[in-house]
Amino acid sequence: MKLDLFAIYSIWLREMLRFFRLKSRLIGSVGAPFFFLAFLGMGFGSSTAIPGIPQGIGYVSFLTPGIIGMTLLFSATFAGISVLWDRQFGFLKEIMVAPVSRIAIVLGRTAGGVTTGILQAMIILLSGMALGMIVPSLQGFILSLVFMILIAATFIGMGLVFASQMEDMSGFSLIMNFLIFPLFFLSGAIFPIDRFPSVIKILAYLNPLTYGVDGLRYSLIGAGTFSLSLDFVVLAVSCAIMLGLGAYLFDIGDVK
Amino acid sequence: MNMSQSIAATDDSAISLRSLTKRFGELVAVDSVNLEIAKGELFGLLGPNGAGKTTIIKMLTTMLRPTEGEARVWGHNVAKERNEVRSSIGVVFQDPSIDNMLTGRENLDFHGRMYGMDGSLRKKRIDEVLELVDLTDKADIKMEDYSGGMQRRLEIARGLMHHPKVLFLDEPTLGLDAQTRRYIWKYVEEMNAREGVTIVLTTHYMEEADYLCDRVAIVDNGRIVALDTPKNLKDLIGADTITLEVQSGGDALLQSLKSVDWIKSTATSNGTIELRVDHAQARIPEVMIEAYKNKVFIKSVGLHEPTLEDVFLKFTGKKIREAEGAGNPMRAMAMMHRRKG
Repeated sequence: MKLDLFAIYSIWLREMLRFFRLKSRLIGSVGAPFFFLAFLGMGFGSSTAIPGIPQGIGYVSFLTPGIIGMTLLFSATFAGISVLWDRQFGFLKEIMVAPVSRIAIVLGRTAGGVTTGILQAMIILLSGMALGMIVPSLQGFILSLVFMILIAATFIGMGLVFASQMEDMSGFSLIMNFLIFPLFFLSGAIFPIDRFPSVIKILAYLNPLTYGVDGLRYSLIGAGTFSLSLDFVVLAVSCAIMLGLGAYLFDIGDVK
Repeated sequence: MNMSQSIAATDDSAISLRSLTKRFGELVAVDSVNLEIAKGELFGLLGPNGAGKTTIIKMLTTMLRPTEGEARVWGHNVAKERNEVRSSIGVVFQDPSIDNMLTGRENLDFHGRMYGMDGSLRKKRIDEVLELVDLTDKADIKMEDYSGGMQRRLEIARGLMHHPKVLFLDEPTLGLDAQTRRYIWKYVEEMNAREGVTIVLTTHYMEEADYLCDRVAIVDNGRIVALDTPKNLKDLIGADTITLEVQSGGDALLQSLKSVDWIKSTATSNGTIELRVDHAQARIPEVMIEAYKNKVFIKSVGLHEPTLEDVFLKFTGKKIREAEGAGNPMRAMAMMHRRKG
């Protein structure tokens, strides 16, 4: 298996150029999470009695890791699905006839999506701290980066799976409303999952983002529901499955 | 009938097809095609939309796998040595395939990277190919601000960027205006001459194949129905025709022309005389002299030289425009719209 680091780097570089050129995309992609953070934080922040949140942890501290998870979920899924744009505008053919392995193409895209996702997550983290979130330790911050990478890669893989099954972007709003939003609400990003009825709780346990958000809480504010190692293992496995499946479907798909 | 079957594969072959076949379910898009294209050749696949030209190109560029048969590009099997084939070729697709958010230079730089060119080589080569297509002063403009013709030129420059052995051009001038088409023909000729690159192009424009190509394969219904130089193909149709519209004394003129040895045959119908000759343009003055000697007044002279359209008609029994489906003019319009937009 040839990994082709230079090609991966080049594809990553293109993603960066595009990301910084499209200012509206940068602003648009952090806009929704920022408003969730700001308004939920301000609205619930003063009431100390939200059940299920550990003692001594303010709501903004609880909420910010969840909104970081949301940011990564949205931007990564979009980064995966955006393969469709390249197909629609023909650029995919340019990449597909180049002497570069399919795995390198997927890894380059993933690296690009992870980087842009983390940049957006940093904006949310800084906003959270400005709104009163407790400042994480350096080790905690570095650990949170590991979780951010895993979350982003998982949902880029998911986006690639969708892209391989879709003809164009017309199905995107369907996926947005019936998959991405439920994944977000079921992850415990804005309230603790043990408040859910038990049926819904099962769905939350099946959601990889639940473990991602929990891992981010452990690393950033030192409090979570499961355990750090469980969060890491579940997320790493779902990342491998999703990315592997996405890469496989991308590889066997027609170029058109 | 397959004229290419008799031509043996040699080391001089840039491309060789052996019974290459592609089926999509019941539809046979490419039907057991045999073909040899020599190194350095400027070769054309001519035929209506839907004839199978693009499917052949897609198999040769590793985008589609053949159903049966074998194809080799620069000695590499397109199904089994895909990476080697990809390293040997450049492709200019029928539809736009650039990143609109990047500048011309950035698109070329990305391309060079994908083909493993190092930084200084990329820089040098970008300047070279931009100069070839006269886009040096537009290099740092975003592609979305390019006109359709400029985008096309950049794509051609990009196809050439990594010094491919074989360059595929799929309908290089589709949807472009006459002037831009002329420019692109000039670039294609220059690339073939200056860089020695083997070029395979598809087109459904007769004059394009005639003007550009060393050899032309006429493709219809997934098969090659004729293959030769444009001149030889046109010679199959036969001689040129001179049509004379005569005021009076046509019979006398006809009698005297019948004894001229370079006139192959004559025909007449209500006041017009048709002469079948070779090199008609050079013969017109001599015909005029003959008319003057016989004191015949000629009102007008018409000249028809065989075109590849006539060749297509001869081999397929239809005109190329008729052979295209009714939906295709719309498609061409959509293409134009897309390129402009």
